[in-house]
Amino acid sequence: MSGWSVTDGLAVALPRESVDTDQLIPARFMSVSRADGYGPYLLHDMRRDETGVRLTDFPLNRAPKTKILVARRNFGSGSSREAAVFALVDFGIRVVIAPSFGDIFSGNAVNNGLLPLVLPPETVEALLSDLSEAADEMTVDLGRGQVRFRNRVYEFTLPEVWREKLLNGWDDIDLTISRAEAIAAYRDRRMSAAPWVWPEK
Amino acid sequence: MSPLTLFDKLWNAHEITRRSDGSSLLWVDRHLVHEGSHHAFARLAARGAKIAEPQLTYAVVDHYAPTRGRDAIPAGDIRKMIETLECNADLHGLKIFGLKDPDQGIVHVVGPEQGLTLPGMTVNCGDSHTSTHGALGALAFGIGATEVAHVMATQTIWQMRPKVLRITVEGCMRAGVGAKDLALHWIALLGADGARGHAIEYAGSTVRALSMEGRMTLCNLSIEGGARLGMVAPDEATFAYVEGRTYAPKAAHWEQALEIWRALPSDEGAVFDREVEIDAAAIAPTVTWGTSPEEALPITAAIPDPTKLAGTKAERVRDSLEYMGLTAGRPLAGTPVDQVFIGSCTNGRIEDLRLAAAVLAGRKAKVPGMVAPGSTLVKAQAEQEGLDRIFREAGLDWVASGCSMCVGMNGDLVEAGKRCASSTNRNFKGRQGRGARTHLMSPAMVAAAAVTGTLSDVRPLLEGRL
Ligand code: SF4
Repeated sequence: MSGWSVTDGLAVALPRESVDTDQLIPARFMSVSRADGYGPYLLHDMRRDETGVRLTDFPLNRAPKTKILVARRNFGSGSSREAAVFALVDFGIRVVIAPSFGDIFSGNAVNNGLLPLVLPPETVEALLSDLSEAADEMTVDLGRGQVRFRNRVYEFTLPEVWREKLLNGWDDIDLTISRAEAIAAYRDRRMSAAPWVWPEK
Repeated sequence: MSPLTLFDKLWNAHEITRRSDGSSLLWVDRHLVHEGSHHAFARLAARGAKIAEPQLTYAVVDHYAPTRGRDAIPAGDIRKMIETLECNADLHGLKIFGLKDPDQGIVHVVGPEQGLTLPGMTVNCGDSHTSTHGALGALAFGIGATEVAHVMATQTIWQMRPKVLRITVEGCMRAGVGAKDLALHWIALLGADGARGHAIEYAGSTVRALSMEGRMTLCNLSIEGGARLGMVAPDEATFAYVEGRTYAPKAAHWEQALEIWRALPSDEGAVFDREVEIDAAAIAPTVTWGTSPEEALPITAAIPDPTKLAGTKAERVRDSLEYMGLTAGRPLAGTPVDQVFIGSCTNGRIEDLRLAAAVLAGRKAKVPGMVAPGSTLVKAQAEQEGLDRIFREAGLDWVASGCSMCVGMNGDLVEAGKRCASSTNRNFKGRQGRGARTHLMSPAMVAAAAVTGTLSDVRPLLEGRL
């Protein structure tokens, strides 16, 4: 995965609370292999009618090139299914802005180059209202910790570990393997302190 | 040394190292995988990596497990998902609780039941309800596919230390009220993101008095209140539950383990980042009316009226009521249901089935429904106790164990527009199938809904039966 430092693109309003993981990707699509792409299933049941036809008035259908999604509190709550993030990323979305996110979702997002950006509820409401008619250009700048929209600038801070991962597109496994010695030493300690962790059966 | 919380002790005991950014590398004692872990296995394969600790990794078939006709699963996605897990388990030398295994069941039922989950452990699984295992005094949390692959490759996980919230519950819960009601009650109180960024320790006399099954139900739902995990300090009830289980320590190890486990509870005077107190006597049987677990009310309440609310709150309520097909202001009780479901990792344990059976015994269900035990062992136990007969005689289907209608991946779905009284954990839009209307409640309340054909207060139906 490659990192990024600035996302420039269309921002779309999804003025809903608790857009949960079951809405982001309904369970019936979760046997799909990642290589086949999850974009078509993003918010499937909101975006499409019973016969699978796209609803023309749904915001994401009006702006298929969306890179930034703005939503209300508790976005990504629910399941640990990383497919919810795959769906957003495969659709082309790089940033979701909301007042709060599900914890597991946030972790999954950062692991896939998607920024779950927390902004204060008032700011989010202001953005939602500005975007209520149509999608508009927005810039999210990781290096400077800024959202730039029309003539306004909103500052944000991120946990350092998130910023680094997003900027560098890092894979944790490589970083961790470089600590193999510490892990092996811990394993020895654990095995003598709690041998039952390795079951006798 | 300053007093420590249960959480501190577990975290500190598993921390291998800490990065300058504040994240900790934790050792993982137990890693549980299921059919949904296919993404992680694929990542591992792409790196040409092997599972670091096959002896600490266990595979369970649950999400796609057919509840009927297991011997002849037709070709298709369901079979493919199960076979993929079987192949991966075989490739990496993992013990798998497959469809033919007498110990098969839902991953969060199987872990504790087999003694794979023990006090003092870290437990991870690519499933948010991993919080269930915290009932034994373990640090147990759900992770995503990237993290699952990381645990597979390294037996460790990077985590930011969450804050710790203690929810203290005091007093006696009334008859007909249980752990599920307590959980829905606090989630309604604090919100579905109320415990975001926190690990919860459940404490107080009410929690102490809960059975292990009840504690598991409570910890299971921690995630629905936004918490990273939930825990109950291990005590004699925990040890009695664990002792003798297949993978639990034996003989000298058992004594050694007990000594360590007895030191785990939070020290006197330990400081929590946040405290919430709840009066157990004030809790009524609770049901959800909307599409988020926070949209829950006592069964005696009326359906919320958006015209009496302002702004985004009103919008949200209106949207939920429209999806759920409910009329504002009407009493919740009496709302007709189309079907019922008893099961899931929240409420598919033997005690749950006993409670539901206590309501259903000698009565007929007015609507169709299904009872899916949480594990094959629970199924056998229930059959030995004759509970299956009670369910069948009431007119409900008694099926094999798995996630089933909790998420519908195995094809057990609720049809669009149908209303289901369900002992599961998520009432999200489309959770039980596109357009399905889910009301969450305790298994006893589901049984009451079956008997009356409507959302109903279970208390009168339980009179003289407990
Ligand atoms: S029973 Fe439901 S919540 Fe539990 S593991 Fe299965 S799908 Fe997830």
